[in-house]
Amino acid sequence: MITKHLTSALIAGIVIASISGFTFADAAEDKGLAIAQQIKLRDEGWIDMTASMNMVLRNKNGQESVRQIRMKVLEVADDGDKSLSIFDRPKDVKGTAFLSFSHTSGADDQWLYLPALKRVKRIASRNKSGPFMGSEFSFEDLASFEIDKYSYKFIKEESCSMGTCFVVEQYPTDKNSGYTKRIVWVDKAEYRVLKTAFYDRKNSLLKTLSAEDYQQYKGKFWRPNAMKMVNHQSKKSTDLTWDSYQFGNGLSAADFNQNTLKRVR
Amino acid sequence: MKKMVYLAIIGGLLMQPAMADDVFFEASGKVSTEATIYAHEGQFANQDYRTNFSLAIEPEFYWDWNGQQDSLTFKPFFRKDQRDNARTHADIREFNWVHLNDDWELRTGISSVFWGVTEFQNLVDVINQKDAVEGLDKEHKLGQPMINLSFVKDWGIVDVYVLPGFREQTSAGTNGRFRAGAVVDASATTYEASNNSKHTDLAGRWAHSFDVYDMGVHWYKGTNRTPLLTAVTSNGQTVLSAHYQAIEQIGLDLQATVGNWLWKGELIHQTNPIEDFWASQLGTEYTFYGLQDSATDLGVLFEYGKDQRGIRANAFMQNDFGVGARLDLNNTQSTSLFAGVIYDLDFHTTSASIAGSQRLGEDRKLSIEAQVFASENSSDPAAMFAKDDYIKLTLDSYF
Repeated sequence: MITKHLTSALIAGIVIASISGFTFADAAEDKGLAIAQQIKLRDEGWIDMTASMNMVLRNKNGQESVRQIRMKVLEVADDGDKSLSIFDRPKDVKGTAFLSFSHTSGADDQWLYLPALKRVKRIASRNKSGPFMGSEFSFEDLASFEIDKYSYKFIKEESCSMGTCFVVEQYPTDKNSGYTKRIVWVDKAEYRVLKTAFYDRKNSLLKTLSAEDYQQYKGKFWRPNAMKMVNHQSKKSTDLTWDSYQFGNGLSAADFNQNTLKRVR
Repeated sequence: MKKMVYLAIIGGLLMQPAMADDVFFEASGKVSTEATIYAHEGQFANQDYRTNFSLAIEPEFYWDWNGQQDSLTFKPFFRKDQRDNARTHADIREFNWVHLNDDWELRTGISSVFWGVTEFQNLVDVINQKDAVEGLDKEHKLGQPMINLSFVKDWGIVDVYVLPGFREQTSAGTNGRFRAGAVVDASATTYEASNNSKHTDLAGRWAHSFDVYDMGVHWYKGTNRTPLLTAVTSNGQTVLSAHYQAIEQIGLDLQATVGNWLWKGELIHQTNPIEDFWASQLGTEYTFYGLQDSATDLGVLFEYGKDQRGIRANAFMQNDFGVGARLDLNNTQSTSLFAGVIYDLDFHTTSASIAGSQRLGEDRKLSIEAQVFASENSSDPAAMFAKDDYIKLTLDSYF
């Protein structure tokens, strides 16, 4: 009898513990998702943006290599952004251009223009984890943030350079992602992502991205002037500086097609 | 007729409002130094050498004004070759004025156009003549005079081309490699068109992307870019005479991009004075991304080319299959390597090639290219390359 009661009590205890465990997990997931939604919401309505991006790639011996890219991006309601990237440096790829229609779900549409051949190539967009132009940024690191790309878990609040930050784990939903998770530090006041830690497929820390020198544009949209990506495993790093951010240039879908891709400057 | 193009450019430019204050100008370009080593001396007269050096320069001057609504690009090209006088040549790759409007653009001048999706050959790529002395890869083209009106619509991009003036294919000279026993004699060239090289050709293309598909449909009516070569006697010597037929062609190119797979096809139907025929190039490419958790991508591809004319075809892949592998290290120097083998099912000959490149420092690129030809069948046109196996090193310096 006693044994039976004990067993029942034990089972009940386990059930209650696991239910409450689930409840805690749900609350953390909901809070993580709510933070992501807030990040997205606060960055809606920028319509279009142009900017220049300068990358300095450094290997572990400190040798440097420079990349210069100009970007035009169009916000698309209820879907991913449309973007056109124009490569200025290195000089052997000058005039190469990349057109991307990202989607909130499903594969992105991507085309590459090769100026020496005047050829536009539709390329597979599965290569999310590959490095962008030999840098420590992968394609997915530079893609627009979409809520459905991750599931979330709120971890804690802690003090950071901008006051108090939420610390949230993000788990990629795309099996082609190069990461098992990202941990992001988001400031509580303005929902700016200050730091991101990337964990590789073996779940060990691969890279850390720090965003610096945030500035506000159009009284609403925060953008960092500098981003520093450090690869802890290869000891390589990439410093990305943004320049000439401009919002509301009057761009439309007509600025993002294969004709515009062929004549970019 | 080429004058028409120049007049259109000058006329158009003169009609531009005063533009002094908002003109943007940029000059860039490259110098290419090339060294070729052949495995053997050539099989024909005047090919008794095993090394060759060559230098090429290709500057590019660009202007735009009217807030980039108008632009002009001028890109001349010049090559000096150690051995082959026919390879020492100049060309205007581009002298092109582009005027933009909301949903159309007008491109007037000399330019080049690429159509197609496959890798080993592009049957649908008919606008420009090949600059064949530049290499066997068919990637080099002569500038073509054209007036091209392009419309962008929701249902696709429509291009209409008026092509005044024809360019003859370049070919190796007496001291050059990659030729038959006889050389092509430009003075023996004949045309179907009564006005010879002054015939104005016409073309149109509709291209559209939807879902995972990219497709294009074209029509071309004019002088065939690929000549028919026949041996004739001129001043007691055997030379090749190039004959350019008048043709009409329709074609389709289609690519489906599905996950790691690319499915590609090109199809043409050509009518020429001798016959009507179909030709196709079909293939697929699969890419393994991030080999063993590295940044390296490996793409493997397979293509098959078929020409209904069979062995009579003056085509590169009339009943041939090609397999290839493309390795991209995705490193700072952009190191890449391509290896390909083409097997001819009619003549049972094989040719294999590799091509690799890597950036050196910031402003230079080193390329290596090698090709071997294994032709035991003397009736195969490729047999004329039997002694032309080579390795070529090219250093491009950008400025």
